[in-house]
Amino acid sequence: MTAEIRTSDGELLSVKLKKVERRRRTTAFLLAAPLLFFIVFAYVIPIFQMLGRSIDNAEMNSFLTETHEVMQTWDGGEMPGEDVTSTFYYELKTAVENKYHGKIATRLNYEKGGFTSLIKKTSRKLKDFDENANFLDQFIDVHKKWGDIEYWQALKRGTDAYHFRKYLTTFDYEQRFDGSIERIPEKLRINVTLWLRTIFVAVGVTFCCFILAYPISHLLSVLPTRYSNLLMICVLLPFWTSLLVRTSSWMVLLQKQGVLNDTLVSLGFVADESRLELMYNMTGTFIAMTQILLPFMVLPLYSVMKTISPSLMRAATSMGATPFHAFRKIYFPLTYAGISAGSILVFVLAIGYYITPALVGGAKGILISNRIAYHMQQSLDWSLATAMATVLLIAVLVVYWLYNKIVGIDNMRLG
Amino acid sequence: MALPKYTEMRYRVWHYSYIVICTAVFVFLIAPLFVIIPLSFNAEQYIHFSDGMLALQPEAFSLRWYEDMIYGTKNPWGIAARNSVYYAFFSTIGATVLGTVAALGLSSRYMPYKQLIMSVLISPMIIPLIISGSAIFFSLAKLGLAATFPGIIIAHIILGTPFVVITVTATLSGFDDSITRAASSLGSTPTNTFFKITLPLITPGIISGALFAFVTSFDEIVVILFVAGGDRNLTTIPLQMWTGLREQLSPTIMAVATCLIVLSTLILIVTELLRRRSERIRGISAQ
Repeated sequence: MTAEIRTSDGELLSVKLKKVERRRRTTAFLLAAPLLFFIVFAYVIPIFQMLGRSIDNAEMNSFLTETHEVMQTWDGGEMPGEDVTSTFYYELKTAVENKYHGKIATRLNYEKGGFTSLIKKTSRKLKDFDENANFLDQFIDVHKKWGDIEYWQALKRGTDAYHFRKYLTTFDYEQRFDGSIERIPEKLRINVTLWLRTIFVAVGVTFCCFILAYPISHLLSVLPTRYSNLLMICVLLPFWTSLLVRTSSWMVLLQKQGVLNDTLVSLGFVADESRLELMYNMTGTFIAMTQILLPFMVLPLYSVMKTISPSLMRAATSMGATPFHAFRKIYFPLTYAGISAGSILVFVLAIGYYITPALVGGAKGILISNRIAYHMQQSLDWSLATAMATVLLIAVLVVYWLYNKIVGIDNMRLG
Repeated sequence: MALPKYTEMRYRVWHYSYIVICTAVFVFLIAPLFVIIPLSFNAEQYIHFSDGMLALQPEAFSLRWYEDMIYGTKNPWGIAARNSVYYAFFSTIGATVLGTVAALGLSSRYMPYKQLIMSVLISPMIIPLIISGSAIFFSLAKLGLAATFPGIIIAHIILGTPFVVITVTATLSGFDDSITRAASSLGSTPTNTFFKITLPLITPGIISGALFAFVTSFDEIVVILFVAGGDRNLTTIPLQMWTGLREQLSPTIMAVATCLIVLSTLILIVTELLRRRSERIRGISAQ
């Protein structure tokens, strides 16, 4: 056993060192704590709360709690009994008195079309009901849709406290009332198309950015500083310029009466009546996004290429490799870090793009983010919007995790 | 990039086509920005190069769209510009202070759960803005802060902090700890060391992080679409451009865009000066 080393105040050195280390850990953590708590409470928790909306149906459940409970004993095979219909009658009556029957109507309409008018009409007629007679018959008298068992099945399903059906809708599937899962009719399928288009655009834009960025990053890294600084402006000026400015410049260039078409017509390449459709479709989204995201590929590639010594290529050629072979075997593998950093950055940014597709893409060029915004702001189907957002978020987090694995968050550099 | 005399023909061809490709890419990057500038001086209402403009006739150019931008009654560009600057100013201060302090902790060797905490702090930059926008909106609405001044500033602080954290951590990673140790061994208190030694050295990093935060807020459109909730008094320049672009491309927007290009040129110059200063301080010559 070694002699116990003590500090001047008589404490064991090992204990003292541990204390110091603990104090330093606490200091470091306390420095990061304000921002960490701010981000967690103002950002991370709200995101989870919002994502919870995709399966949450608690409000609806609270409106019709008893109906929902009574319906648990009803198997949905034949028309519901009086226990169900009477409970529903009393709860709907309370809803009308407290004026939240409109919400019930909207919510049930997501389960089955036609519920809005059905609930509204029934609510108006509710005061004429005879509370001693058969409720089901009276419901059917008000509206014949109550005779259709599917509306009762939808009511049962629509009052569950939780459901995962919006995730089926996200991929154009639906759950029938008998429990089977099937694809929705072909005319209504839009989400899968949008997912595929989003992935296609994100991958395509990433690839195009890579192809375009590689040669110029190389040129920037080998040129003498005074020239490369000058050319770097071409990369950095767009990087610092407002996204909307760049999008509007593409609108000016690409529209039918725009600068590109004008030039092509005046040069005689295209007839005036057959101007190219460059905007309000995928072409527009693709071109504009490539230019807007290109700096995010150039900067990481450039910073990696800058560190590669030119003598490596010279050594390879001096030993008999052709320039192409030397490039493939020596230079290209050395740039992998830059390629993966840039690609992942561009891909993550592209997959969530919203503004440029909305302005340049038109109906044919929109991406999944635009659909999420549509459900958030216009159709107000927040469950569906958040279900789609969850899927998108998972996709992004997987890529983020990969980035962390391959590049490391600590190594992220900007500008 | 001159080629030696003995270069074979095919490599010569390859070399020149490489130059041509690079030029084309640079043009692709920068040309769209320069198309806007002349169009903003157009005397006509249409957004195209008129014959007069191409012939460089003075009467084909005018400043009318700039007048419209400043004095036009329909266009609330004045309010938008004021709001944009306010939001950017306050959120930059918030993001810079929080981000710098956090970066100091994160670059310490003793920081526990470094990777995890870093990932959480960077997440607002990675997560699609549409998701951030709606989540922040829902939480602000719950607190009654949606469509208010403080609400928007909180939202912009969230979006700005990752940039500050990244740039300041990057600056600190090249920081020589022996300097601060030397200071303490000479009797300086930790506070004194921080303000006299550490802070001046990492200032370029902090300023460039602050610039990122400023631009993020100034340029931000998706989150504010949700959070401002259509209140005209809360509008910003990007929000106003977005509304304008969705209706019609007007020459006034070209004038605004030109002003923004001038602004980004200024930012570019500042960042370049900062980079040189930081290299000089750290003893890396600018070659």
